[in-house]
Amino acid sequence: MRDGAASRLEKGAPVRLDKVSFSYGSHGSYGEVPLVFDVEFATAKITAIMGPSGSGKSTLLNLVAGFETPQSGRVLIGDVDVSAEPASARPVSMVFQENNLFAHLSVEQNVGLGRSPSLRLTQGDHAAIAEALARTGLAGKEKRLPRELSGGERQRVALARVLVRDRPVLLLDEPFASLGPALRDDMLDLVAAVHAERGMTVLFVTHQPEDARRIGEHIVFLDNGLVAATGKADDFFTGAGPEAFRRYIGAGAGYSTSRDVARKRT
Amino acid sequence: MQRATDPRASAGIVALAAIALLIGGAFAGLLFEGAHDLSGAWAAFDPYLLRVIRFTLWQAALSTLLSVGPALFVARALSRHPRFFGRAFILQLFAVPLALPAIVAALGILALYGRAGYFAGVLAVIGGGSWPGIYGLSGILVAHVFFNLPLATRLFLEALQTIPSDQWRLASQLGMAARPAFRLIEWPTLRAALPGVAGLVFMLCITSFTIVLILGGGPAATTLEVGIYQALRFDFDPARAVTLTLLQIALTFIVVLALTRLGANVVGDTNLPVAQRRYLSVNGAETWLNALLIVLALLFVVGPMAATVMAGLGADLGRLAGEATVRQATLTSAALAFLSALLSVMLSLALTMARRALALNCRAGAKTLLEHATDTGAGFVLVVPPIVVGAGWFLLLRHVGDVFAIAPVMVVTVNAVMAMPFALRAVRPAYDAASERHERLCAQLGIAGWNRLMLVDWPSLRRPLATAFAFAMALSLGDLGVIALFGSDSVQTLPYLLLARMGSYRTEDAAGLALLLGLVCLALIVAAHWLGRERVGDA
Repeated sequence: MRDGAASRLEKGAPVRLDKVSFSYGSHGSYGEVPLVFDVEFATAKITAIMGPSGSGKSTLLNLVAGFETPQSGRVLIGDVDVSAEPASARPVSMVFQENNLFAHLSVEQNVGLGRSPSLRLTQGDHAAIAEALARTGLAGKEKRLPRELSGGERQRVALARVLVRDRPVLLLDEPFASLGPALRDDMLDLVAAVHAERGMTVLFVTHQPEDARRIGEHIVFLDNGLVAATGKADDFFTGAGPEAFRRYIGAGAGYSTSRDVARKRT
Repeated sequence: MQRATDPRASAGIVALAAIALLIGGAFAGLLFEGAHDLSGAWAAFDPYLLRVIRFTLWQAALSTLLSVGPALFVARALSRHPRFFGRAFILQLFAVPLALPAIVAALGILALYGRAGYFAGVLAVIGGGSWPGIYGLSGILVAHVFFNLPLATRLFLEALQTIPSDQWRLASQLGMAARPAFRLIEWPTLRAALPGVAGLVFMLCITSFTIVLILGGGPAATTLEVGIYQALRFDFDPARAVTLTLLQIALTFIVVLALTRLGANVVGDTNLPVAQRRYLSVNGAETWLNALLIVLALLFVVGPMAATVMAGLGADLGRLAGEATVRQATLTSAALAFLSALLSVMLSLALTMARRALALNCRAGAKTLLEHATDTGAGFVLVVPPIVVGAGWFLLLRHVGDVFAIAPVMVVTVNAVMAMPFALRAVRPAYDAASERHERLCAQLGIAGWNRLMLVDWPSLRRPLATAFAFAMALSLGDLGVIALFGSDSVQTLPYLLLARMGSYRTEDAAGLALLLGLVCLALIVAAHWLGRERVGDA
């Protein structure tokens, strides 16, 4: 499976949602109004996806990852229509806010799953795992269980798995939202370093403007289930962004003081 | 989660098909037999049958009243005192009757209140004359209350513990005394739980077989279930058995329907959280009253258990252990119960996984028929008591060959299906919680099928599966319903052997066997409880 579309794409792949519409149906909190995404993400760049709660940020990532199926439209990764592909066949890695690890498996095994879903690992796989753990600052913690790690370390394990999976697209769904400010900055720098090294296309959902400023090159702003604006991060934060975006980040543009918005559960 | 057929859904379909075959076969047997001898089935509607129906309902109604009424007050007493020495032990003791074999309890009650029981002398003095023993309606009622008073108490206590502690804080701040606190806080909660609990107890009493068989003591105190057994094993009157069985199904169906309308928990297994801190001061007089209530209930529940132990120790255990028949029956029981529990757990797991997979797959759309089947289908088996399934297959296989040769298969399958509602209660929440954490991760990493079962599901389900297994095994081990129909000299389980020894008035042997059976089941329940309690910490 992982030798399919994934390995043909060396560096970052373009990600495009072509008039994708989606609805959670009458049972969902979105009512009957479908979300419609028509957007292209910058290849091999980090794009921050921002927007108010319920604007569809996580849904957008889920559509790209293959956890949700569009009602109409196409999801294109590297110019290939992957709309019908199961999540595991898409050239994508994703890091969630929580539950990135299996609680009963060791750090090493959790990373190893990125190479083989049956944990049958070759010599080469083991080398790659060790290298990824060293790269993410987890050397020496191979045998630990997730509950013996701090919250930041758990997300490092998830990033180590991203490294061994080596897919051209990385989706981050508020992965650092529950970490303290200093730790979050460390993690963001790690993401930026990994990105500099591998050059994958990164889609990064976040509530924190300072996150977007720190590593985001582009911004896609969602509002009410639609793509409200796209552009360079610098333009957005220097006041050239749309009115809705300025309202969203508030008066002290760029400095969110509210921590509780980051606690949204996914 | 994707379009490709999830193997978990296929597993559920196989499990459903197996259950449908078991129950459908029984119905086919019944209908075939009924159509075969229509006039005979009609002829079964005689005054005696009407008396049986009346007695079935009457004893169930009385049992319900006598179990649920006192349980309200015992539960309240326990809830008023969230902390005292031995409270947790009492609650665990109250969980024991749930899996204690009915035949063991019946023997314990006879050993206590029977004509030659421990209390016979005292009761004779009170009654002025000789004590006639406890056979008939009184015996049935005592046994049913023994089983259902603790169950109802636990269910009511669970309801009382849902009262938010803020309400208690408020009550204590307002200086609310016991009486207004009961009227304004406790009673509304208890009243909401009452119909469901009463309905559950009523249904358990309507479908009770072993108690009535052993303690009924004659045609005056016979219920439909015992009537089915007698029609098949003694009168060889299949047409009558069909009529009785269809009536029994209709009766239970109506009760279950009413129960689901009331939103009752039909399995009657409770999860009592650790008692929260209370902000209520209970005055001295009430404390004494509550203590009296709790002690009385405790004595009533402990009595038959203690009598079982004492009577059992009085038996010649050494000789019993040396008997080839006893050894054979023990081995048969162990093997059948093991297989039954294994099958039960596998069916439950298959249904749980299928239900979850289907729910994930089409959560936007309306529920499909299959999803409904995996969801509520398991609860439906409660409508069909084991003796009914057994009777159906008995009638069907009668035409094919030796009915008694099929005994092991029937015991294993019927008991497996009957234990499913309990097994599901243990497995489903654990699986759904694990799935909630792991579903997207598995989809992302392509972990599916066998890999997923071994790497992801097994580690998080090991304990709940073991709980379900131990509980299912205890239920199957103590069951007399199916083996009473299909048992013979060549295939005997412990309960069947026990019944035979009672029938030939070898009371001491029966008491010894009851002790053995009771202890094994108790060990299994304790194991189930212990396995269910600890959870592996998660990340």
